[in-house]
Amino acid sequence: MLPSELKPEHFSSYPKEAKKLATDYLGVFRELPLSFLPGVLREAIEYDYKFPAERKSLEQELANLARLSASERSDWLAGFAGITLSPSLERFDWINSPAQFIEQLSAHLWSTHQLDAFRVAATKYAERLQAALPPQEPKLPRLGITVIGEGVDSYDAPLFRKLRPHGAYFSRVAPDDGLKILLDAVSERAKKYSGSYAHWYIDGGDAAGHDPVLTSVSYGELQPIRTALLEKMHFELQKPGMGPEMLRTLMAQMRPADLSVKSSPDPVLDRFAVKLLTEGSGTQIFSTSFAQWAAREALRRAEPVTLLVRFAPRQRQKPMSELLKPSAERPELDPVGSLVDGDIGAYYNWLNQQRLPGAEKASFLAWFEGHSAAALIGPSVPRGTESSAPTDMKQLLSWIS
Amino acid sequence: MTRLEEFSSEISRTRREFLRDATGIALGTMALRSRLARAAALPRNKKVVVITFGGGARDQETFAPEGQENVPNMLRDLIPRSTFFTQVINRGILGHYVATASLATGAYETINNFASLPPENPTVFEYYRKELKRPSSDAWVVAPSNGFNRIGESSHRSYGLGLGARVILPKHLLAAALTSSQPDYAHLLRDNYETPYFTPELAGGEFELQQLEDLLKLSVTDFKSHASALSSPDELSVYIARQLMRQVAPSLLWITMHDIDIAHAGTYSLYVDGIRRTDRLCAEMWKIIESEPEYHGKTTLLILPDFGRDADDDPGGNGFQHHRTGDPLSRTTWLMAIGPGIREGLVHDRPVDSTDLVPTIGSMMGFSAAMAQGKPIAEIL
Repeated sequence: MLPSELKPEHFSSYPKEAKKLATDYLGVFRELPLSFLPGVLREAIEYDYKFPAERKSLEQELANLARLSASERSDWLAGFAGITLSPSLERFDWINSPAQFIEQLSAHLWSTHQLDAFRVAATKYAERLQAALPPQEPKLPRLGITVIGEGVDSYDAPLFRKLRPHGAYFSRVAPDDGLKILLDAVSERAKKYSGSYAHWYIDGGDAAGHDPVLTSVSYGELQPIRTALLEKMHFELQKPGMGPEMLRTLMAQMRPADLSVKSSPDPVLDRFAVKLLTEGSGTQIFSTSFAQWAAREALRRAEPVTLLVRFAPRQRQKPMSELLKPSAERPELDPVGSLVDGDIGAYYNWLNQQRLPGAEKASFLAWFEGHSAAALIGPSVPRGTESSAPTDMKQLLSWIS
Repeated sequence: MTRLEEFSSEISRTRREFLRDATGIALGTMALRSRLARAAALPRNKKVVVITFGGGARDQETFAPEGQENVPNMLRDLIPRSTFFTQVINRGILGHYVATASLATGAYETINNFASLPPENPTVFEYYRKELKRPSSDAWVVAPSNGFNRIGESSHRSYGLGLGARVILPKHLLAAALTSSQPDYAHLLRDNYETPYFTPELAGGEFELQQLEDLLKLSVTDFKSHASALSSPDELSVYIARQLMRQVAPSLLWITMHDIDIAHAGTYSLYVDGIRRTDRLCAEMWKIIESEPEYHGKTTLLILPDFGRDADDDPGGNGFQHHRTGDPLSRTTWLMAIGPGIREGLVHDRPVDSTDLVPTIGSMMGFSAAMAQGKPIAEIL
């Protein structure tokens, strides 16, 4: 089926708000190339479960496409229109399974050597969209905080090497009450500048006590869901003919109810948490991978103005078959390996924060928990500098607040 | 110049500057030695060992300045003795099996990366064996288990059946040797990180357990005893390769490393551990070549990654974790050549294609790779 044949009833299985959105823009959808439209539908079908920032972004993109004249739209999407698709892709149920279509499209682009052409088309489209819809600065300059190294007694190798050129490195930070001071600071921001999903706390272990005003996700609280997911994966793997792509598709289709997640007052956050486990790689088994991926997805999707991420020790490496087997045993931990994971994770958290609007005013703090090393980045922090003067967490925060 | 070529060229310059500073090697030129002079220097019964430095390592963790701490053995022991190419571009599909198959055929394969399928184009092993009339014992592949069991022989109608390499999957060998669940060996049986849920049915020319004793001259007890002292699947592969070199001495040996691909799990520390281990194992392989009478003085060692991994600054990826974006960093790698007749301490930064490997091996060993897409690399011939 081609986009030009779309009718309102084709969206009958979409969730309520997504269905309305799709039918509102049906006329535009009919004009879009098949190599492009499922990418839009992948977002639209999830509309009911999207964060406010994502909703706004999608609405603006659709409104922009609707505003363009037919010839302008054709010009904007010429690169996508030039992509040759296979008959099997055209026959695929891309309306109800747009994410699975994208997976198959990706394989098709690789195998037909059209990936570079698709990248060029996507980059050009994104640049034009950004020019047409300049991103709005956040009302409050963003603040990112990453805490790494829980459970590590000593570590001699240098930390924050990738962050240091962008700010200042402090080697004598008083660690006392460090985590509490940081959590209090982000709670204070959340209370002062309220906003839906604007202030987050992500923990790779069990969440420390924090103000409920923060949107919070932790690896520890998701333990029952992780166990349920691993059991499902284990069960599916026993079925004859089960391959990686089929399993991935099954995982991507899982909803909170499939994993016995009790309904909560926040279905958007529930869906977000489940997606971290069903779509992330390694998030089911390594807490450091979970913390980094959760931060990436929170920044990309919710665009928070405050994000505190704490990395906790992950389990030691074992054969993948054992890691994927649900087990009630307490796993052996690898604190030093987790510190190294957290170090690059802090850098990635900063990179992902800087991809959002308002990057030039944003600040970032990375701290080795319980120790005296920290890196600080912000508009007023001199780049590539080091300080061995005694300081404390409150003072560091004061320099970037 | 395309965007990929521009970026690859920049990556290449960075590698070259770093290598020059770190090891004192010189910039190579296209001024080549006379073929006759080189032919006079070449030993008879030439052998070639290929190691794929896998699965997927980036510049900043290997040959960029900040990565040097992860490859000390190659820097100290191998680079000064090698001709090094700083810009090997992979224009194919960046999945480990299909990319390794492309390296082995010299043509960009489009087979399903996650299926147990043979390459569609003739492999280097088939060219070698058919044209030079070599027995099956003279071309071997040592590879990680999942997916790679079909890599020795293509489905091409003019080649294929019975003309390929014999394939050893050390993990399957070990699994077969273990009579029951023995946790001491579990760390050697780690598998496919790209799709940890996938274990295809094995088929094709797989090494049988009874050949452990017949070919490798190893009792099951000795094999298990040695294996228990090893720390990873790639160490197991090198152990098997050494045994193969001692007992069978194939002229064409291909070893595929894979420990590095743990990166897919998102754990940077384990990814870097994998690189350091692979660095050590590459240097160890050269020592084995130098110490084995059947190989000493007549073997060319070629080391190259199958491809890189995504760049940190590409928002479409997640940095080191995957190789999904097809960005220049994930497509641009390097090639190291060491052995008799190979000029030492030279670095070349002209672009080389990853499909050039097979025609180059063909020129080294005296066979043609008629259906390969690449061209022989003149600087090491």
